[in-house]
Amino acid sequence: MKRHLISAADLSRDDALLILDTADELAKISDRSIKKLPTLRGRTVVNLFFEDSTRTRISFEAAAKRLSADVINFSAKGSSVSKGESLKDTALTLEAMGADAVVIRHSASGAPHRLAGWVRGSVVNAGDGTHEHPTQALLDAFTMRRRLGPLDGRKVTIVGDVLHSRVARSNVLLLSTLGAEVTLVAPPTLLPVNVGSWPCEVSYDLDAMLPKSDVVMMLRVQRERMNAAFFPTEREYSRRYGLDRDRVARMHDDAIVMHPGPMNRGMEIAAEVADSPRSTIVEQVANGVTTRMAVLYLLLGGADLGGEIRQ
Amino acid sequence: MSEQRSTVVRGARILGGEPADILIRGGIVEEVGQGLTGDETIDARGLIALPGLVDLHTHLREPGREDAETVETGTRAAALGGYTAVHAMANTDPVADTAGVVEQVWRLGQEAGHCDVRPVGAVTVGLEGERLAELGAMADSAAQVRVFSDDGKCVSDAVLMRRALEYVKAFDGVIAQHAQEPRLTAGAQMNEGAVSGRLGLTGWPAVAEEAIIARDCLLAAHVGSRLHVCHVSTAGSVEIIRWAKSKGWDVTAEVTPHHLLLTDDLVEDSPVGAYNPIYKVNPPLRTRADVEALRLALADGTIDCVATDHAPHPVEDKETEWSAAAMGMIGLETALSVVHEAMVETGLLDWSGVAERMSYAPARIGRLAGHGRPVEAGAPANITLYDASARAGVDPSAFASRSRNTPYEGRTLPGRVVATLLRGRPTVLDGKLV
Repeated sequence: MKRHLISAADLSRDDALLILDTADELAKISDRSIKKLPTLRGRTVVNLFFEDSTRTRISFEAAAKRLSADVINFSAKGSSVSKGESLKDTALTLEAMGADAVVIRHSASGAPHRLAGWVRGSVVNAGDGTHEHPTQALLDAFTMRRRLGPLDGRKVTIVGDVLHSRVARSNVLLLSTLGAEVTLVAPPTLLPVNVGSWPCEVSYDLDAMLPKSDVVMMLRVQRERMNAAFFPTEREYSRRYGLDRDRVARMHDDAIVMHPGPMNRGMEIAAEVADSPRSTIVEQVANGVTTRMAVLYLLLGGADLGGEIRQ
Repeated sequence: MSEQRSTVVRGARILGGEPADILIRGGIVEEVGQGLTGDETIDARGLIALPGLVDLHTHLREPGREDAETVETGTRAAALGGYTAVHAMANTDPVADTAGVVEQVWRLGQEAGHCDVRPVGAVTVGLEGERLAELGAMADSAAQVRVFSDDGKCVSDAVLMRRALEYVKAFDGVIAQHAQEPRLTAGAQMNEGAVSGRLGLTGWPAVAEEAIIARDCLLAAHVGSRLHVCHVSTAGSVEIIRWAKSKGWDVTAEVTPHHLLLTDDLVEDSPVGAYNPIYKVNPPLRTRADVEALRLALADGTIDCVATDHAPHPVEDKETEWSAAAMGMIGLETALSVVHEAMVETGLLDWSGVAERMSYAPARIGRLAGHGRPVEAGAPANITLYDASARAGVDPSAFASRSRNTPYEGRTLPGRVVATLLRGRPTVLDGKLV
C-alpha cells in the first residue's frame, strides 16, 4: 500500500481486498465486550476537520481509539485557522507535534494532496471538496460484499449529483478496481462533461436500470442546486431520479439500497425506502468504523493482525 | 554623431543568418557589415541577434502589490529575458484608469531604465465593467497609452465593449480583451474537461472564451475598430480568429508561452504533486490538442504574437489549497526559451519568425515607435543576443523577478539570453544585469 490514502485510485485490487479482508477480521472484535486492540498504542492520529462533519469525524475517532491510538481532534472553527492561518502552517504545526497520521476533511478539492507534501505522516482523505472520499467507498464496498459476496460482475447503479459528489468519484474508481460494473444515473446537468472517460457506464434513465441492478446507491442532492438551474424543481427531480416505493418494486429481491448520508428524505429517497430491509444505511455507518480501523491499521504498519485478535 | 562613442557587436548572426558586425552609435544602428570597428566591442560570435523583444502583456504589480513585483524588479526580469519594452497591465491598486496612474507607472519605468515601460490603460473605471475610464486622457498623457484592457476581467457588457472599441478609434487605440464570459466561469478553477471532472475542480469551459471572441470580432467589424485578443488558449478560439481575419477585419491575437507548452494534465500529474497551484493560471492550461492548434496558429500568423502574461504572486498566494491560490505564472525570463522549444525546435518558426512574433508584431499592435524594428542601419539599436546552443535547468532562485511562481522549475529549456541592448546601451551582458 502507498503511504497515504488520498484517492481510491491509490489502491490496487490487492490493496483494496486486503483492506476489506482486514475489516472483516476487525469486525469480529466489534462483537466483543472489550472492543479495543493495543495495536496503535503510542501513535498519534490527528483528525483535521476544516468542514463540519460530525458523522465522519466520530467514525474516524472511534476507529483510532479502538486501535488505542492517541487522537487529537482539530477543527477549523475557533482555531487558528479561523484567524487566517494557512493550511501549510497548520500542517507544519501538526508535523511538529509528531502526528503519525492526519485525517483531513476539507472543502477544497486536492487539499489532502497539498497536505501530503508538507507532513511526514500518513494522510487519509476524509472528503475533499467535490473530489473524493475514499474511506466512504471502502465502507460501501465492505457493506456490499457482506450483503452480496464478491463484487466481480456485480451491477451497481449510482444515482444523483455525480458532478459535485466525492462519494461517486471514489466509488466509481474503487468498484471498477474490484470488478463491479458501475452505471451512473443523473440528469445531464449533474454529470461532468467528460464523464464518458470514466470507467463506468452512464444513463439518464433510472427506471431502465433498476431491474438490472444489484445495488442502487442514492447520492444526496442539495436543494440549492436548482437555483443554479441544474434542475427545475425539487418535485421534478424527485419524479425523475428519486427512489420511491414504486421504483423499488422493480428491483430484484436481493438488490440493496444504499445512501452515504445525510439523506434528504422525500427528495432523492422516500422515507419508507430508507427504512426498508433493503436499505443498508445504518449498516454503512457501523461498517464505517470497522473499515476506517482497517485503513489506519494498514497505513500505520500494523503487524500480524490475526495474532493480535487472538490475544 | 561621429564624436559619440561607438560599439561594435562582433560576429552576431542576425536572425540566425551569416555572422556580421553591427556598428552602433548614438543609440542607432549605424552600419551592418564585416570588419567593422568601434570604441567598444561586444563579442557575439556564435550568438543570434534578434530585435529587442516587446511584451504586450506584463503585470508589474506596482502600484499596490509591491510584495509581488515592482517596476524595478519586473523590468530587470524583462531585460534578462531579452525584452526592451513591456506593456504594463492596468490591474494594479489603484487601477491604472487615470492619466495620473499611467504617468506614474511610465515614470517609474523611465527611472528604472532596464527597458521601456508602456502602461496599458483600464477600459472601465476600477475594472468594474460599468463606465468607461478616461481613455482619451490616458492617450494624451506622457505615457501615450494606446492599448486599453481590463485584463483579469472581461469587458463582458456588449454595449460597453462596443463603445470602447468605437471610442479609441479617435487616437488609434486598441482594446485588448480578456475573453472570459463571467457567468460560464463562476468559480472556475481549471480547464473543463476530463481532468477537471476527475479532480472535482470547477471547470473553465473553452466556450466561455470562444463566445466572447466571436462576439467581439463581430462588434469590431460592425464599428470598424481594432480588437486585440489577449492570451488565446483554445483551438476553437483559433478557428474564430482565423475566420475573422479571412474577412479582413482588424483583429489581432496573442498567445502566452505557457499555453504553447503546458497542458491541463499537469494539474493531476506532475513532479511537484497533484493540485499544485503553480499550474493555476487564467485562462487555464488546456489540452494537448489546444496546444497543437495554438502552435500552428502562431506559425501561420493567425495568432500575431507571443505575450508573456507575466503574473507574479508571492509564495503565500501559491502555497495553498488549489481553490485558494492566485492565478498566474511569471514568464519574462523564460519566454524566449519556451518559444525556442515549442516553435523553433519543432521547425514551426525560424528566427525571423520569432522576431516577427516577439518584437515586430507586438510593437505594431501597441503602436510602439522605436521598437520592433529590424536590426539594420538606421534602426534604434534595440537588440537581443541569444545563445541558441545553450541548455540549462530553470533555476527560479536566479530570477530577477521578485516572485518565484514559475511552472518551469526543474525543467530543462534551450537557449540563453546573453545580452540585451536598449538603444545601444547594454542592460544585460554575459547573462547578467548591467
